[in-house]
Amino acid sequence: MTTKRIVNHPVLGKLEENKKITFTFDGQSYDGYENDTIASALLAHGIRTLRKHEESGNPRGIYCNIGHCYECRVTVDEVSNVRACLTPIKENMVIESGKVQPSPLDPKNEGDLPRTYDEFIRSEEQKKNANK
Amino acid sequence: MQINDVVIIGAGPAGLSAAIQCRENDLRVTVLDEFPKPGGRLLGQLHQEPTGEWWNGIEETKILVDKAEKLNTDIRCGVSVHHIEKLEDHFVVHTNKKNFPAKNILIATGAAETAAPIPGWTLPGVMSIGAAQVMTNVHRVSVGEKGIVVGVNVLSAAIARELQLAGIDLHSMALPARNAVSEDQANPRLVMERLVRIAHLAPSAFIKFGSKFAKFKFVQNIALQFFPKGGVKMWDMPIHLRKAIKEINGTDKVESVTMVDVTVDGDIIRGTEETIPVDFVCIAGGLYPLAELAAVVGVPFQYSEELGGHVPIHNEAMETSMKGIYVAGNITGIESAKVAREQGAVAGLSIVKNTLQNATVDGKLKVAINNVKATREAATIQFHPRIEEGREKVTTAFNQLT
Repeated sequence: MTTKRIVNHPVLGKLEENKKITFTFDGQSYDGYENDTIASALLAHGIRTLRKHEESGNPRGIYCNIGHCYECRVTVDEVSNVRACLTPIKENMVIESGKVQPSPLDPKNEGDLPRTYDEFIRSEEQKKNANK
Repeated sequence: MQINDVVIIGAGPAGLSAAIQCRENDLRVTVLDEFPKPGGRLLGQLHQEPTGEWWNGIEETKILVDKAEKLNTDIRCGVSVHHIEKLEDHFVVHTNKKNFPAKNILIATGAAETAAPIPGWTLPGVMSIGAAQVMTNVHRVSVGEKGIVVGVNVLSAAIARELQLAGIDLHSMALPARNAVSEDQANPRLVMERLVRIAHLAPSAFIKFGSKFAKFKFVQNIALQFFPKGGVKMWDMPIHLRKAIKEINGTDKVESVTMVDVTVDGDIIRGTEETIPVDFVCIAGGLYPLAELAAVVGVPFQYSEELGGHVPIHNEAMETSMKGIYVAGNITGIESAKVAREQGAVAGLSIVKNTLQNATVDGKLKVAINNVKATREAATIQFHPRIEEGREKVTTAFNQLT
């Protein structure tokens, strides 16, 4: 199907031909094999990025591949935060990558906000002194 | 409501062999696992024994699953357990599907990989060494064109070989550059000490690799000082103990790594930066027991460096100090899948014995406990040279509690 499959293996033998399954990822159609997880089916097509970090927008892909790290969260048939590494692909599955979420705080102003209670007290004192 | 005699959490070698023992004695058993298929980390394993025989995790899993299925074992995959509730006379296992009430619980959740973060490690294309193993051997998808392994230990060496077998090109294996989290993994002295102590146990090419240092056993410092610039080759792949990866580079995915020379203590030597183009990076930080579920139900823990971290306190019969909660496999300490399998049999027989109040199981249980010890002694891959000390520590803790 694609060149990323390990078809011949000196010890494990030839890859069994499994049933083909078609699904979509971010609106585009792909095929994979029965028993593929979302992560393995996409990687077989060379796709590594499964989501954008909710706040920074940095790209993320699989890290642990066995469900521990939660780095591969995608939306599957409108259910969000599904782990791509543990979820088998199904016929006509609609998968969306994880997207940047609206941030309640404008990151541009983050530098001005106190990050600890200590900083908050100090900034309040500075304001008081400035008003004197 | 039907209450299970036992719910087994984890369908790896420990969980499956426990299930087999329980089913042979007609207990009501449900096995839960969050991976789409049973086998746990055993599935990905593939290495050559010193005898030349291959240890094929897929085949070994099949033997266990076939046996369990013949005994009509209820194995449910794709079920994530997130809580164990303790009620007066039984437990309730909370999952993403439904709740499973049970008189006994066997927690056989295995191990997780220790993170060894280095700058750039969130880029797509960076993965744990275990992730690459599962992708390669279980899903049969190539993780990339050319990669590098960061972290040198028995597990990463074994998996690097597995990647090579599948035709995946590796530049080399090197240490992570020292930072606040990678302390031990970044120390060439410690890394070499561990490698030398395990080398005599490991498969063929690893023995050769180890023997290159063996003659330096008492002068490892000298060996490190004169460590070849090109690394020591194992299966034609250089293993570096005096080079470390400082950074992983790329915009939307891995494009290269920055490699530096380090002193025998792991300090970076300035001006030695070298950029190596790769499209994937495997980080190998070692394994630790995955034990959260034992913690939420309230089993006391003991720390043991030899066993890989905090483990639920238990005895030789795999009983924890909390009545009805049992443990087996890597949750009790990092060891080979063969040891986990034997421990599973012990846990299964203990549950049978305590449930049926059946003294005839005693003999079988004793044999099973001895099998664990014998398997441990014969282990080809041992993750820590002082595993016995760790085991004793936990047994002592158990005796003090009960």
